[in-house]
Amino acid sequence: MNYLELFRATLPETALEIAALLVLVVDLGFLRKAALTVRAGTAALLGVAGCAAALWMVPMEPLGGLSYPGTGELLLAGGGTATAAQIGILALTALTLLLLIEAVFTRHVGEYVAVVLMAAAGGLLIAAAQDLLVIFIGLELLSLGLYILTAFAKKSGASAEAAMKYYLFGGMSAAFLLFGFSYLYGITGTTNLHQIVLALYGWNAYHAAPLLYAALVMVAAGLGFKVAAAPFHLWVADTYEGAPAPAAAFIASVSKVASFALLISIGTAAVHLFDGMPGKVEVVAGIHLNPQPVYLGFRNAWSELLVVLAAVSMVVGNLAALAQVNVRRLLAYSAVAHAGYILLGLAFFSYSSRSAETILYYVLTYGLTTIGAFGVVGVVERATGSSRLDAFLGLHKRSPLLAVVLLVLFLSLAGIPPLVGFWAKFNLFAAVLGVQNTGVALVLVALAVAMSAVSLYYYLQVLKRVYVLPAVDETAITVHPTTLTVLLLIAVAVVLLGCFPALLQGWIAGFYGGM
Amino acid sequence: MLAWTIYLSFAGALLQALLPKGRPALSRWLALAVALSGLALAVLGFAAGMPNHFARFTIVDAPWVPSMGIHYLLAADGISLVLVLLTGLAAVAGVLFSWNIEARTNQFFAFYLALIGGVYGVFLSFDLFLLFVFYEIAIVPKYFLIAIWGSTRREYGAMKLALYSFVGSAMVLIGLLAAYAASGSRSTGLVDLAHAGLPVSFQMWAFPLVFIGFGILAGMWPFHTWAPTGHVAAPTAASMLLAGVVMKLGAYGCLRVAMSVFPHGMDPWGLTLLGIGSWRDVFALLAVIGIVYGALVALAQTDFKFVIGYSSVSHMGFVLLGLMTLNQIGMTGAVLQMFSHGIIAGLLFAIVGRIVYERTHTRQLAELETMHLSKRLPFAAWAFVIAGMASMGLPGFSGFIAELQVLVGAWIAKPWWTIVAGVGIVVGVAYTWRAMQKAFFSDAPPSPHLHEPGHELAAITWPEMAGVALLGAATLAVGLYPRVLLDAIEPAVRALLAGGLQ
Repeated sequence: MNYLELFRATLPETALEIAALLVLVVDLGFLRKAALTVRAGTAALLGVAGCAAALWMVPMEPLGGLSYPGTGELLLAGGGTATAAQIGILALTALTLLLLIEAVFTRHVGEYVAVVLMAAAGGLLIAAAQDLLVIFIGLELLSLGLYILTAFAKKSGASAEAAMKYYLFGGMSAAFLLFGFSYLYGITGTTNLHQIVLALYGWNAYHAAPLLYAALVMVAAGLGFKVAAAPFHLWVADTYEGAPAPAAAFIASVSKVASFALLISIGTAAVHLFDGMPGKVEVVAGIHLNPQPVYLGFRNAWSELLVVLAAVSMVVGNLAALAQVNVRRLLAYSAVAHAGYILLGLAFFSYSSRSAETILYYVLTYGLTTIGAFGVVGVVERATGSSRLDAFLGLHKRSPLLAVVLLVLFLSLAGIPPLVGFWAKFNLFAAVLGVQNTGVALVLVALAVAMSAVSLYYYLQVLKRVYVLPAVDETAITVHPTTLTVLLLIAVAVVLLGCFPALLQGWIAGFYGGM
Repeated sequence: MLAWTIYLSFAGALLQALLPKGRPALSRWLALAVALSGLALAVLGFAAGMPNHFARFTIVDAPWVPSMGIHYLLAADGISLVLVLLTGLAAVAGVLFSWNIEARTNQFFAFYLALIGGVYGVFLSFDLFLLFVFYEIAIVPKYFLIAIWGSTRREYGAMKLALYSFVGSAMVLIGLLAAYAASGSRSTGLVDLAHAGLPVSFQMWAFPLVFIGFGILAGMWPFHTWAPTGHVAAPTAASMLLAGVVMKLGAYGCLRVAMSVFPHGMDPWGLTLLGIGSWRDVFALLAVIGIVYGALVALAQTDFKFVIGYSSVSHMGFVLLGLMTLNQIGMTGAVLQMFSHGIIAGLLFAIVGRIVYERTHTRQLAELETMHLSKRLPFAAWAFVIAGMASMGLPGFSGFIAELQVLVGAWIAKPWWTIVAGVGIVVGVAYTWRAMQKAFFSDAPPSPHLHEPGHELAAITWPEMAGVALLGAATLAVGLYPRVLLDAIEPAVRALLAGGLQ
């Protein structure tokens, strides 16, 4: 393999790793005697600079991606989903780093920023990965970072407990994923996504159909864990509740974007399986494709799995969120619900890039909104010592700006126009119905819309405490100017992107120009 | 020009939100200025439509999301213009009757003007996606208006109203998504969708879905239960807007979206069960039940505001019945009834919620009986007599001509609808009379505390007089010279009917 090529294809990851080391050196080497706020500010700014450098390098990646030498089988994709998701991951990472500035959960700010950057590098890898081994390495790189981040509030028992739960569930799901991957390799003899999908329509796979289904279920379990889909969501509530707010924001946004980018890659591979081999299509289709109607092949089986995950996630997430009294747990279950909506988009994946675009749109804007939500929760928590619903009583008197930000973000999560969450949902569901506008797809879209009506109830429960119910404590809450600026910018972005949806949509579509 | 009704209202809402606390007077005058300019624009827009016989004209048409064929398309025809006019009137009257809001005044008017802006937007949208956006924008402010500034069981009433509205709009959204996909995902324009040739089998399920979705907000029986609790819990201005314009959003959606985009949904099923052979019969039946049920329940209420709340359900039944007649006179009557009920219900809620309740602090008819309000609040008594006569549908008021047209239309369609609805009118006279008698003109022995110091009722203020005069004049003017609105409504209804509704 040409190492120069490899270096070029992983420039942004390299930039992040160098930034991580730099943060450590500066924090531990030069700022040992400095005040915590100075260290936190410096570390966060260096981290943001690292993200900016990586962003600058994303366009330098080779457009065709990185292939295994001699075969043309892609290891890392370039352009399209990969580039858009990488830019999104870097931007969201920078935002979560800025939330650190007023956090007081740790003295080890240098290490925190370094781990965030390394985990983000894992996210970048996943977003581009087209090979089972690269996928697994990227996922582990990301996950290990997330376990550490969850446990970072060393003085908090909840943080340690959450990290332990997260780690145990995560380790198990990684085992499932690896087991599934090994079956897939055993059936098809390749680790490249496209080759696997293609080989699954051959005789070998047909005769090993039960094994294939077992493998797919295990892969779905492993990835379902990453995106917090029910019934693999048991870690979510505890982790969101126990993790320090900036870490929870990172888990809820960046890790989601990376995992969904991976699912988009799998979906794209599944629908584009005959691309690049025009002459052979008829031959393959004629001889090997669906030898018997009972054999589902890859795409149908995978879609059916995703349909089940989507439906269960939407229902479980929304109904469980109704009963929560802690805003972080509420956000956790709403994350499960949102994962359900997105999985619906993945289950009915279009041949054109439309589905990929709408899913990216959804997950990027969702990530942005959640970061803002966790930012507000973090501030309130610091002021009141709790993230229970009652901690938000009378927030509109204690900090009117924070209250407005929360109003905008939660209404966007509930899907109220003209905020971006509504447009994301509309766009996603319209794409699903564009693939299939009868039967199961229609029923599931109806279920999703009905469930988002349910979700309004629990979002309003929070907003009711913010605006309606009398305050128990009316002392003003002071917010660090940086945090306030970040939160206000997020809220403004949520409104503007919702009023002018074509902006972000056009930007994302630009990455798919060639497809 | 009409588009500025929307922008002005939203700009006013934003400005109110930014106003410093503790300046209620400033915020009131600002709200009144915004509402008055909205009304002025609505009147000018109405007058501008007159020369070309209220034909549909486009106000703004800009691509919004070009890749999906979604346009920012504002247009107006006679029906929209009448309802925009209604919104303008209701908005001004609502501000006048909220003059006594002292707590968080700027926030109150911020939510209020945001709601008004959303309502203007719905009436002017000719793109289904845009219409839906404005429709949902109108939901959230209602919740906060009721939950923060309301009275009796306000949190319950507010949440119930928000959830009912959101369930309704979820049904509409499903219909919108499905229609967009079924028409080939090219455009969400109302006219384009109506001409997309959607298959009859599709329209057969999309029509009832969307009709019920909008019908929930129009107070259609049996999905009306949010209306009385919501009206009672709401502060006066919010109940005026709820009954006056928000319920009209639902009825307007039924007409403009459900009936225009899915006209074949009203085709006969091909089988008849108990005299019901199509969705049209089903909804007409629900409308007739709503008329009679609302009136009967209003007759049994002990709370003055609940009487008015249920009377709204009954009157909105006439709107839905008029729509389902599918003939020129019935549908014209339905649209006129939307205007008429908007004005009259606003007036009734203003008298009950603001003029009477804010002074007596009770709405129980049994307690009001002992207060001899006709002597102590003659203005309120006479205003209620006028409003009550208008509500009963006496000639000379707008309600008369509207309900008459609906009944004639119903007779042409199916005579028994008229007969049952006629019973509703009779009961309507009874409950209005009963409420008027008990609240104002009772002979019951006066309560002993009546003349003690501290029990004097505050004098009527100028905003109250101005509001009553505005709404009373509107219903009288339309009642005496209905042509002014009918000239606008009739061509629009004719165009709708000719466009393939039937």
